[in-house]
Amino acid sequence: MTDLLLAARNVTKQFPGVLANDDVSVELKPGRILALLGENGAGKSTLVNVLFGMYRPDGGQIIIKDEVVDLRGPDDAISRGIGMVHQHFQLVPPMRVVENIVLGAEPTKRGLVDLDEARLRVVELSTKYGLEVDPDALVEDLPVGMQQRVEILKALYRNADVLILDEPTGVLTPQEADHLLRVLRGLTETGVGIVFITHKLREVLAIADDIVVLREGRVVGTTTPDQATESGLAEMMVGRSVVLRVEKQAAQPGDVVLQVDDLKVNDDRGQLAVDGVSLQVRAGEIVGVAGVEGNGQRELVEAITGLRHASSGAMAIGGKPLTNSSTRQIAANGVGHIPEDREKHGIIAAYSLAENSVLNRYHRTPFSSRGIMHREVIYEHAQSVVEEFDVRTPSVTVAASSLSGGNKQKLIVGREFSENIKLLVAAQPTRGIDIGAIEFIHRRIVEQRDKGAAVLLVSAELDEILSLADRVAVLYDGKLVDVLDANVATRERVGLLMAGITD
Amino acid sequence: MKARQRQLLWIAVVLIVVLACSFYSANGPQTTAVLAGTVRAATLLTLGALCGMIGERSGVVNIGIEGQFLMSAFFAFTVTSITGSLFMGAMAGIATGLTMGWMLAAMAVGLKVDQIIAGTVLNIGALGLTSFFYDGSRSLGVGKYTNIDLGSLADLPLVGTVFFSRPPITYLTMVLLVVVHVALFRSVWGMRTRAIGEHPGAADTVGIDVLRLRYINVTLAGGFAGLGGSYLALEAVGTFSRGMSGGRGFLALAVMIFGRRSPFGAYAAALFFGFTTALQNHFQLNSVFDIPPQFVGMLPFVVTIIVVALSGLMGSMRDPAALGQTYEKG
Ligand SMILES: Nc1ncnc2c1ncn2[C@@H]1O[C@H](COP(=O)(O)OP(=O)(O)OP(=O)(O)O)[C@@H](O)[C@H]1O
Ligand SMILES: [Mg+2]
Repeated sequence: MTDLLLAARNVTKQFPGVLANDDVSVELKPGRILALLGENGAGKSTLVNVLFGMYRPDGGQIIIKDEVVDLRGPDDAISRGIGMVHQHFQLVPPMRVVENIVLGAEPTKRGLVDLDEARLRVVELSTKYGLEVDPDALVEDLPVGMQQRVEILKALYRNADVLILDEPTGVLTPQEADHLLRVLRGLTETGVGIVFITHKLREVLAIADDIVVLREGRVVGTTTPDQATESGLAEMMVGRSVVLRVEKQAAQPGDVVLQVDDLKVNDDRGQLAVDGVSLQVRAGEIVGVAGVEGNGQRELVEAITGLRHASSGAMAIGGKPLTNSSTRQIAANGVGHIPEDREKHGIIAAYSLAENSVLNRYHRTPFSSRGIMHREVIYEHAQSVVEEFDVRTPSVTVAASSLSGGNKQKLIVGREFSENIKLLVAAQPTRGIDIGAIEFIHRRIVEQRDKGAAVLLVSAELDEILSLADRVAVLYDGKLVDVLDANVATRERVGLLMAGITD
Repeated sequence: MKARQRQLLWIAVVLIVVLACSFYSANGPQTTAVLAGTVRAATLLTLGALCGMIGERSGVVNIGIEGQFLMSAFFAFTVTSITGSLFMGAMAGIATGLTMGWMLAAMAVGLKVDQIIAGTVLNIGALGLTSFFYDGSRSLGVGKYTNIDLGSLADLPLVGTVFFSRPPITYLTMVLLVVVHVALFRSVWGMRTRAIGEHPGAADTVGIDVLRLRYINVTLAGGFAGLGGSYLALEAVGTFSRGMSGGRGFLALAVMIFGRRSPFGAYAAALFFGFTTALQNHFQLNSVFDIPPQFVGMLPFVVTIIVVALSGLMGSMRDPAALGQTYEKG
């Protein structure tokens, strides 16, 4: 066995206006887990994309199994035993799990794809590593956690001995995340080396063997879990000390802003996902919606913000009935929305950062008049969002697609907050965001509340809900099982309710 | 296929058989004529649909099938009239189709021209060139492909004439149906082809060369349209005339969509559209209705519009996700 699986030596990668990796060196040994930490835009994704052959480095070397290599594309990396689970899954939705796994390396019998053989191997791999998945299910029918398993199996099927995962737990429920960490641990016992990117320090301390911290493209620290603490890591990442707790005063609820009555909403497959939810959110309070993902949170949020048709029930904002109104009508009534899926509903990747900063009101003054948009005003506005929300970018004219994941999120939050809003609907507002930025966004949410906005917060992170919410509503199987005041909403009690246990 | 759809399919099949039998007992020769006409019209549509579906399954729209038909028919006819060999003509038709397919690939895949525009270029080019070089004094001289009886199968009542006493390209088409079906859904090529039409990015990350495979497929698909052109000139009509494809390249696209981009689905749809064409011929020849023939001639196209609109309403179809989009690496 070689003693160096994968390494970057003095890797440099330049994007227009940004030095994304600056003389970066990291090493991965067999059976070890290397965690990459760093703020949004620090260059983590860029580094692993270089290691996987997606980007060519401008300088430095890549070493795979003690050999200096020149990767011309991902297939070069794959054939050398590198597997990667991308931040965005690379799966063909209408094809079956087994087909997705073997695609590009299909076993054949008499010239045809031998799906029976493929199925056997998939089942064998999934039982071996605890990655159970139905090989004949269509990928499009699977929840994200399962799709991620398919991605991991895809790499293992190709005999990968290095697995790179870019923010794999960002899209998972806490239970799924724990399971994934156990699976990864199990993998290392067979000699696989793992590169793991995350913003969750708890995970890093729990699973990593080596920790490398990046800031502004450079390695600023290398450590191990037994020498590090959460606050120490946070400080190393951001370069200043970070308050990990949210400071806030008691809420002073005013009039009802969001009124939801007996709302019923179907999911994509036409099944009842929100089953008669009634809920009120008052001005000046934060109502957190807790629940295991897939219990109707998404459909509830989409119905409230106009992205999904409600099959029955009523919804009003500030006393105005708006059930099944258009997203624009709802936004015009003072609703800000931080969507759960930022790529799909949050930004238009090909548009510039400036255009994205006014997506919700480009058609109104001062951004346009008589159907003509005013570029200068939009640029100025974008510039102020960038400064206030610390969006790391070379300029406001670049395409939104060139932003790092967390900076896209900051841009969306900045856009939705830069106007007086009556109601803020925030779904997973800090997904993929670094510790420093989480602190900042949490403060801004509380600030909105104190300015009199009603806030509906949906999050898969129970900690986020417990630290921000004034009242906690728990969804289970599409129904609102209980609404608790924050002072009685303990981790245990909410946890039981999330499991559907109401004693 | 869902159980309900399967049920509906069986009901439709039984209904058709019952209807065909009862018409046959009432008026044997005319029923046979209409059904034979159905199969004849279906062959061309099927070949066009196969061409279209191989392209679309890989993510490339081909609206140039009409032009591919026409150009191939022209060369099939010309080569046969020069060499006196139907076989050489048919081969020339296929070669022409492949060349046209390659041109489409070069524009739409290689140069990343908008796919609709690239297809339109083929259509306009084919109409212009064939009309310009068309030489009315030529004739085949050797006659056209004639029916081959498949032994005693051909003696069966009704189906014998309709299916087992056909000319060669019709038989070949039926064989190709099976071949394409197996290739598309069971072979490595087919799996990769479906993947690049749905999610080229995913295919790319597992080392499939998306652009190369699209290039190959669009070129190859042209061969099917080329065979269709040969069929048109050498088997269906026996000569070439200006604009003789008469919109059937477009009809083939409707057939492909209605058949859900699967070979057997397309053949079923082609038989259905072929039936409307055969019925329209029958009405015109026998002056069944006292209305101008131009209106009767509209029948297949009116049915197309209704059927495509209806099937859209039923929401039964979903295009390949990457259809019509050029693929950029990275
Ligand atoms: N394709 C690209 N074109 C131009 N600039 C890019 C591109 N990809 C990344 N960048 C820039 O490079 C820098 C590093 O980005 P990268 O995606 O590596 O950050 P990251 O550490 O993964 O951040 P996050 O935690 O937010 O995902 C950022 O400033 C980003 O804007
Ligand atoms: Mg990233």
